[in-house]
Amino acid sequence: MALQTIPAAVVVIGLILYTLLAGADFGAGVWQLSAGGGEHGRRIRDHAHHANAPVWEANHVWLILVITVLWTAYPSVFGAIFSTLAIPIFLAALGIILRGTSYALQNAADARQRRYIDVSFAAASIMTPYMLGSVIGAVASGRVPPGNALGAEVGSWTNATSILAGFLAVATGAFLAAVFLAADAERLREPDLVESFRGRALLAGVVAGGLAVGGLFVVRADVPRLFDGLTSGWGLVPVVVSGVAGLVSMALVVLRRFTAARLSAALAVAAVIIGWAVAQRPYLLPTTVTIEDAAANDTTMIALIVSLAVGAVVLFPSLVLLFRLTLAGRFDPAAQGPPPVPGGPVTRERRKHAAQAGIGFLLAGFVLLTIAEPAVSHIFGLIFLGIATFAGFRAVGPTELAARPSPKVAGRSLRELVRRRR
Amino acid sequence: MTEILAQDYLLEARQMQALSFVVHIPLVCFGIAFPALVLFVEWRYLRTGDELYRTLARRWSKVMVALFAAGVVTGTILSFELGLLWPNFTATFGEVFGLGFAIEGFSFFLEAIFIGIYVYGWDRLAPRTHFLAGLPIAVAGVVGSFMVIAVNGWMNHPEGFTFENGRVTSSNAARALFGNPYFWHEFVHMYVAGFIVTGFLVAAAYAVYALRGRWGRYERTAFAVPMTAAAVASPVQLLVGDWAAREVAKNQPVKLAAMEGLGQTTKGAALHVAGWYQNGEVVWGLGIPKLLSLLAFHDINSTVQGLDTVPLADQPPVNVVRYSFQSMVVAGSIMALVAVLFLYLRWRKGTLPASPWFYRAVVLCGPLSVVALLAGWITTEVGRQPWVVYGFMRTEEAVTGASGIPVGYGALAAVYLGLVIAVGWVLVRLARMPLAGPPDDRIDTVHPLSHVE
Repeated sequence: MALQTIPAAVVVIGLILYTLLAGADFGAGVWQLSAGGGEHGRRIRDHAHHANAPVWEANHVWLILVITVLWTAYPSVFGAIFSTLAIPIFLAALGIILRGTSYALQNAADARQRRYIDVSFAAASIMTPYMLGSVIGAVASGRVPPGNALGAEVGSWTNATSILAGFLAVATGAFLAAVFLAADAERLREPDLVESFRGRALLAGVVAGGLAVGGLFVVRADVPRLFDGLTSGWGLVPVVVSGVAGLVSMALVVLRRFTAARLSAALAVAAVIIGWAVAQRPYLLPTTVTIEDAAANDTTMIALIVSLAVGAVVLFPSLVLLFRLTLAGRFDPAAQGPPPVPGGPVTRERRKHAAQAGIGFLLAGFVLLTIAEPAVSHIFGLIFLGIATFAGFRAVGPTELAARPSPKVAGRSLRELVRRRR
Repeated sequence: MTEILAQDYLLEARQMQALSFVVHIPLVCFGIAFPALVLFVEWRYLRTGDELYRTLARRWSKVMVALFAAGVVTGTILSFELGLLWPNFTATFGEVFGLGFAIEGFSFFLEAIFIGIYVYGWDRLAPRTHFLAGLPIAVAGVVGSFMVIAVNGWMNHPEGFTFENGRVTSSNAARALFGNPYFWHEFVHMYVAGFIVTGFLVAAAYAVYALRGRWGRYERTAFAVPMTAAAVASPVQLLVGDWAAREVAKNQPVKLAAMEGLGQTTKGAALHVAGWYQNGEVVWGLGIPKLLSLLAFHDINSTVQGLDTVPLADQPPVNVVRYSFQSMVVAGSIMALVAVLFLYLRWRKGTLPASPWFYRAVVLCGPLSVVALLAGWITTEVGRQPWVVYGFMRTEEAVTGASGIPVGYGALAAVYLGLVIAVGWVLVRLARMPLAGPPDDRIDTVHPLSHVE
């Protein structure tokens, strides 16, 4: 049983982290969209961009993790969700492309161009979380049957619960982003930006809280089973935690205690997702497919769990490093260390040796890979060819080659050549 | 599971998938090889203290992060499409191959994390620490592509599971992915291709500078490093490719028959160049007697299986496969020729080539390398048709039952066109940023990381 459930727990954890991190990134896009013109608007947009630029890729990979775990551990559920809900998922995917494109463009744009980029691409910041939210709503309300595209193509994600979940995803993202960015602005000692994002955090917090509370009534009318799950038994715990944490974070924002507000805001949002997961258990697709029905065989599950564990051991320290460097601003210039030790160029003598070795390994590799038949000799042939390329690279010595004076290439570009012919 | 759904737009679904790969695969090459080149240049800085190397590595790292951003989003789309277009494939076989993508997800993650640290840490980390922060990027790029190709190798040569009544009844994902003898040649071939494509594309950009008369030490270094990488990789690729073809001959004889247009099983088969496959034979082609048997099995009288060993319904579209294969071979040979010329001139003259014709050839080799790359993937993927999992599931059984594929295809094509234009614009802008200016551009100076207490 644990074997079947652990990947589901990983999916929920991945969704929580995606919502907290990428959700805040999309939320930042919402604030970029609504920043307005002028100097202050530009500062808001720049602040939102710079806070996210080093981390946005890492934040988005959580979604890939969720998807890959889902299709490895519960393949039939993955197939059912992605075929029935193809339209919202495709639209979310388009939004992700646009968001990524805007980051790629920002890298090279000047201030004026950045404004156009922000405004034209930030629309994606609303579309993607809305669509992903509506997908969750569709699954939670039991509108995805097993099989290949057997659910309603449009009705499955345009019902009250899906729409609610979509708006909730946008509002929570905007709330998280405002709280995070206010905290960042405070660290950077930018008082006017702190005030701007504080006001936005309060506004978004009220909207998100209102949607969450009002949403309970929508869910009661639309999906009584889900409502019961959220309001009785274990499901009640995360709902209460979410409500309390939400109120606490609003109070902390009012009191300008942003670092603490960041944590409680994250807890409030995470608890909503946990509440959904608890209310829905043991179903992956209510009320037709349970975790045990959909689980892959035990061998796959064990291999997956081992890989996830090994991956987590590598991943989390790296993530901590990244966020410590960005959040705490601890890339310390005092730690620049001693200047590099001059080692000089690679000498001619060494390059000659490398060239001889390269040719030798190339010939040996050719004999072992191309002429010899057994698989073992192929392995050695490939290794030898690999060594030959390294030796060859060293023998050419590109940096030494480029350092030598070289005559100008007395040629015209192809474009001029073509033009002259005409 | 085996019933075939009414999907009128199977061809459009396949084209949409192909389009997604066409945009993504060149970016994969940069994921494999570019970090290694950037790190090499930075290592030269650490060894010599020459600021020129630091400037070059730093400017390249900006290109790297822009291309990585495009790679992240196009890679995300590919993972979505496994569900959006081929839900039945993933639903049926996800438990067999999914592990490879899960591990790939982790390596993607590490790549994203360390690329953030590397690119935004130029002024904030000690030089040696900064260099070390770049190493995981290079490793993760290779591990990620290794996993994806392991899955592709499994699709071409499926094993490590039992299949009854259209369902996987038991499976061993580790054996299916890594115990599979079929994927090593795909991986090595692609890994070397990564260096060729990255090398020639970057070298082509600086060859344009050479032709325009900008040929200082900075440009020469920026040209020589990728050019050397491509030059040592290209000749080796011919040997690797030949080995790959022999592996295909052994494990997927029908694909080999399609690549060579061999209709009938033949003893001492001839190799045909050009021409057109029609009614079981190549017409108007140049036939070289017994060469195919020699190349495939090292014996001029060996028997090569033809397409007639499987029914017509199980044969891939021969001309597409065959012409893709021949394009790859021709493009690869031209690049190897340019590479050998470069190495020869280095040996005899000891300088960079002086003739503009050499640089014109390099400019052409840039796009040519992408042609070879894509043609190679078309060969192996179209050559797998009509199967998605070779011999177990047909592509038409895998496709989604959802409607609206043409609309999605059109939308994706429009968005990808925009993406390609945007990336092109970014690369041109980055290239035009003045060299002499302060090493930090505006974005970095207002970056929060620079506001240290």
